[in-house]
Amino acid sequence: MALDKNGIAKRIAQELKDGYYVNLGIGIPTLVANYIPQGMEVTLQSENGLLGIGPFPEKGNADADLINAGKQTITTTSGAAFFDSATSFAMIRGGHIDLTVLGAFEISENGDIASWKIPGKLVKGMGGAMDLVASAKNIIVATTHTNRKGESKLLKNCTLPLTGVNCVKRIVTDMAVIDVTSEGFKLIEKAPGVSVEEIQKATEGKLIVEGDIPEMKF
Amino acid sequence: MNKVVKDAYQAIKGATDNMIMMFGGFGLCGIPENSLKVLAESGIRGLTCISNNAGIDNFGLGVLLRDKQMKKMIASYVGENKEFERQFLSGELEVDLIPQGTLAERIRAGGAGIPAFYVPAGYGTEVAQGKETREYNGKMHLLETALTADFAFVKAKYGDYSGNLIYNATANNFNNMMAMAGKITIAEVEELVPTGELDPNKIHTPGVFVQRIFQGADYEKRIEFETTR
Repeated sequence: MALDKNGIAKRIAQELKDGYYVNLGIGIPTLVANYIPQGMEVTLQSENGLLGIGPFPEKGNADADLINAGKQTITTTSGAAFFDSATSFAMIRGGHIDLTVLGAFEISENGDIASWKIPGKLVKGMGGAMDLVASAKNIIVATTHTNRKGESKLLKNCTLPLTGVNCVKRIVTDMAVIDVTSEGFKLIEKAPGVSVEEIQKATEGKLIVEGDIPEMKF
Repeated sequence: MNKVVKDAYQAIKGATDNMIMMFGGFGLCGIPENSLKVLAESGIRGLTCISNNAGIDNFGLGVLLRDKQMKKMIASYVGENKEFERQFLSGELEVDLIPQGTLAERIRAGGAGIPAFYVPAGYGTEVAQGKETREYNGKMHLLETALTADFAFVKAKYGDYSGNLIYNATANNFNNMMAMAGKITIAEVEELVPTGELDPNKIHTPGVFVQRIFQGADYEKRIEFETTR
């Protein structure tokens, strides 16, 4: 059985380390916040200008002046800090954020990512995605392995307009954990009940399989 | 120095057709509501607007779209606005999309007197088209230029007669840099106090960057996506 969205988020949460500053994109990445291991201190950054994103507010307590990068009302954690958007991207561009998790339409075997524009559809803009992928120390892509039509999202070359080049380090999908290496996609773990053959079939780009591939542990 | 003007009508004096204008805010958070309303009433047109987002229908920057006062929009993300979408797709409105961090830094640079700078964001993408590239520390970068504006409109929680500003929570966002980048910066505030009443340790934007300041009125402070537990 391939993982659901929460399963992907849960597996990505295993990549977190104590003391990490993390930027989570919209969609599956946001769910990672629900699985931060107990006792681990992870500070979430919102690129509009906040370090220390807390849970959504209680009903009736939403504050128009306190939102995340998805423009949702939020709260802050103890020890949070506010700043302007230039300072926020200084944190990102300057390599002060340890991990960025974001979604994607396509990823190529050399680590290119396409995530912001589908020609023929309305273009809304890249927001902070291009800045994040160009500068983050570590980038994990959270995505389904295939799109709604069943086509692979892990390609030899991206076909859609790029967000960044040679930047993705690791991909966590509903089927597998895959690293981007200089030789291509390298299979690291498979989702419970998913076979290497199924992963191979769902991966258009070059997939390197070395030895026994362990199953993800939860 | 007293920079106080009576209201938004006084504040926008000198604003004319075809100007470049900046508007602080992220989504609907921290936007200069009073100035936007009065600009919409003024009927001036052909504006180039620089703002992270384009508001929603009939609110935020959306009010400048109703009577097609905007010629060009420079932003990083422009969803959530049907009239914007219509004018964009019909070609009536020119749109320049810029990575958010690059947009913030281009505005900061404009205010700080730095004409251009290199950043890695957008290298290898369509954002790089026509831009100089250069390698630093083994990584490719794009040359980006500064942005300034004829008028910059910002909104703060507190301000004093000298133009010192303090923002609230994430309502700072682009306001601080835009205050620096306006030839004329107009600040509207929720609470205007006499000079000397704000703690100098708490000032976000020093008054030197602000030319006019006024006590705002009737803030709606709409929430784009109210999300609760």
